[in-house]
Amino acid sequence: MTFWVVQALNGVSFGMLLFLLAAGLSLIFGVMKVLNLAHGSFYLLGAYLGLTVLRLTHSFLLALAAAALGVAALALLLERTVLRRIYGEELRQALLTFGVLFIIADQALWIWGGNPQTLPKPAGFTASVRLGDVIFPSYRLLVIAVGVVMGAALWWLQERTRVGAVIRAGVDDEEMARGIGVNTPLLFTAVFALGAFLAGFGGVMGGALLGVYPGADFEVLLLAFVVIIIGGLGSLKGAFVGGLLVGLIDNFGKAFFPELALFTVFAPMAAILAVRPTGLFGKA
Amino acid sequence: MRPARLVGIFAALFILAAPAFLSTYYLGLLTKMLIFALFAMSLDLLLGYTGLPSLGHVAYFGTGAYTVGLLSLRVVKTFWINALAGLAAPTLVALGFNLLTIRARGSYFLMITLALAQVLWGIAFGWRSFTGGDDGLPGIARPMLGGWSMAGEVPFHYFAVVVFGVCLWLLSVVVRSPLGRALVGIRESETRMRVLGYNVWAYQYVASILAGFFAGVAGVLFVYYNGYVGPAYLSVVVSGQALLMVILGGAGTLVGPALGAAIIVLLENFLSAYTERWLTALGIIYVVVTLYAPRGVLGILRDRLGGGRRAAT
Amino acid sequence: MIGAGVEVERLVKNFGGLRALDGVTLRVEPGERRAIIGPNGAGKTTLFNIITGLLPPTEGRILLEGRDITGLPPHRRAQLGLGRTFQITNLFPKLSVRDNVLLAVQAADPARFTLHRPVEAYPHLFREAEALMERWGLRDRAAAPVRFLSHGEQRQVELLLALAVRPKALLLDEPAAGLSPAETAALAEIIRGLPRQTTILLIEHDMDVAFALADRVSVLHYGGVVAEGTPDAVRRDPQVGAIYLGTAAPYS
Repeated sequence: MTFWVVQALNGVSFGMLLFLLAAGLSLIFGVMKVLNLAHGSFYLLGAYLGLTVLRLTHSFLLALAAAALGVAALALLLERTVLRRIYGEELRQALLTFGVLFIIADQALWIWGGNPQTLPKPAGFTASVRLGDVIFPSYRLLVIAVGVVMGAALWWLQERTRVGAVIRAGVDDEEMARGIGVNTPLLFTAVFALGAFLAGFGGVMGGALLGVYPGADFEVLLLAFVVIIIGGLGSLKGAFVGGLLVGLIDNFGKAFFPELALFTVFAPMAAILAVRPTGLFGKA
Repeated sequence: MRPARLVGIFAALFILAAPAFLSTYYLGLLTKMLIFALFAMSLDLLLGYTGLPSLGHVAYFGTGAYTVGLLSLRVVKTFWINALAGLAAPTLVALGFNLLTIRARGSYFLMITLALAQVLWGIAFGWRSFTGGDDGLPGIARPMLGGWSMAGEVPFHYFAVVVFGVCLWLLSVVVRSPLGRALVGIRESETRMRVLGYNVWAYQYVASILAGFFAGVAGVLFVYYNGYVGPAYLSVVVSGQALLMVILGGAGTLVGPALGAAIIVLLENFLSAYTERWLTALGIIYVVVTLYAPRGVLGILRDRLGGGRRAAT
Repeated sequence: MIGAGVEVERLVKNFGGLRALDGVTLRVEPGERRAIIGPNGAGKTTLFNIITGLLPPTEGRILLEGRDITGLPPHRRAQLGLGRTFQITNLFPKLSVRDNVLLAVQAADPARFTLHRPVEAYPHLFREAEALMERWGLRDRAAAPVRFLSHGEQRQVELLLALAVRPKALLLDEPAAGLSPAETAALAEIIRGLPRQTTILLIEHDMDVAFALADRVSVLHYGGVVAEGTPDAVRRDPQVGAIYLGTAAPYS
């Protein structure tokens, strides 16, 4: 019994990380129609930046802020200088982000080295807590809590604010949105930066949980893809539910079939593609 | 005679005569260029002609390589059996995988093809007992063909040349066939093709199988070339390099990607001698090409020399 | 070649909250020329998209020659004889006129699946393409990429592609869109000259063209058929006039 609870909590905490990533990726795709292949790289960079800031300041909060904002700033720069020159050509934009992926991955390898590193957990969350019969790391509980809070914040932003309405309009029909006066270029920049912010934020949280190492960008990108395919592109709810599902499947899969690795998430993804190609909550 | 044809003849002569004046090292490099040219051309069939963007094409390359490696080290050393298996395995993967995924739209297709490559990479990396994990499988001997050993650089070069030549011929027949033209039509306007009565899914499926097959051929060649196979043969980095080769050379031209492959292989070889930051350079080339030369080298040449003479690409 | 009757029965199409088609029933006899008119947003192109299979209906059936094709994919419907032109020109932009026409000619030919022989091994395809272009006066533009053609010439190619597969029933979506009066007149002549057996459904905004070419007219408004009859009868129908002058109540 304890085993199941622990594994489930593990899966949920991992799922929250995936949610943060998938939400950003889904948002960028939903509004800009760009598949941001550098999204995993934003996560990686966030983790490494957080690591460096943590080493300098010993403040987890500062590391979070610096990493997330730093990655967002880089994304902003990218979008303004290169990405916006090829608006409307989805494949070209995706390929450009692919090139960025290589650059970031290699530079990170150069700057921080090839050894796996772990971010130290924030003070006060380094120990485990007791929940009935179960002993569980308090940091993982923090990750779950943060994930839920972020999810709520994003939902509130999307449903209850003008900015959210503009974003939803952009997702529904970009041309119409432009027609009614939405400043599309500004929207795009903001959305790209927000997505990157979430990825960088997730990087720091994930870096303390799982560590950071070369190749994490690919792994995390792939999992974000799986979440989006299962949950549906352009849907916040899909990113949340998909994230939870994939987190749980991945965790239990690793527990029972460690050598098959990613195959346990690949199977449901292929199944969804075959049966319901737009995902559980996606728009066509 | 058209300049393109002249260049082609010169290139063929160069490749055939190369062992006479190139050192073993550079001959090996030329052979490597041919292998990756084949890989790039196979991707061109999928991306350039049919319009299906794949980030996972390395899956077929690596599957072919691993099949040959595993069989020749553990089961039997007979070339024909191993080569046949090495071609059958990626074809089977293509048959199964694309059955599910060909109907995915653009970005979904990008995602799921990446997923396939990553999953196979994960298995190769993680299943140490079977695949050797991160260390891979070294010590794969070059085949004996009709009493001749391919171990030397020169015989292997000619072996690769023959295989490349045959595949190039086969691919060019396909792209000039009615099916090949239909693929181009699908790339230009899927809806139009549907409404004219073409079963678009069937054409895309066939193209993906062919593309996977020829990528597998390249993989088989490469594992014999190196005498080794490892998870890097399934890495998305290689997929990405192939994609760049196609775009750099000029998608949808068959010859363009071969040229792109030659350029990238040469660049990698020379840059790696001076710096470890080859991937950064690759990324920068990606960004630059995507921004300023999306139609690739051949596209630029076409524009300069007045395109439109051969209108079908 | 006998024309095919086209029928739709109680066709409903919902896009989320929007009811684009509200129980449309039409019955077009083989060889008939039916014009579909109605203000913008009435659902005309949606109707065509559903008939050709590019959109699934929410409810209702589509029949071709009495055969239920509701579940068939677009290419199967085309193979059964359904042809279509698009309101927004949908050609193969970077290919030459000749290559465009060749693809259309090839579509109905068993050679279209061959992958082991070059297309030059099938000279009859080229001959037919040349003949088509000749008949339509596009021969001297044969090598030009279609995106460099004038709008009028592109609309011609659009129609040519649909005709190359020798359809039994043809759906023309605003073929005169964007054409000058002279080009429109020429187009009307071409349509009038099409084989009498071909069933034609024509969406047109240009009333003169629609009424001149049609045997019968159906008027669509807010996703429903509000009037149907001979061109004269429809022209005189006060409700139709009100719709176009904006004074009619929404169809309910």
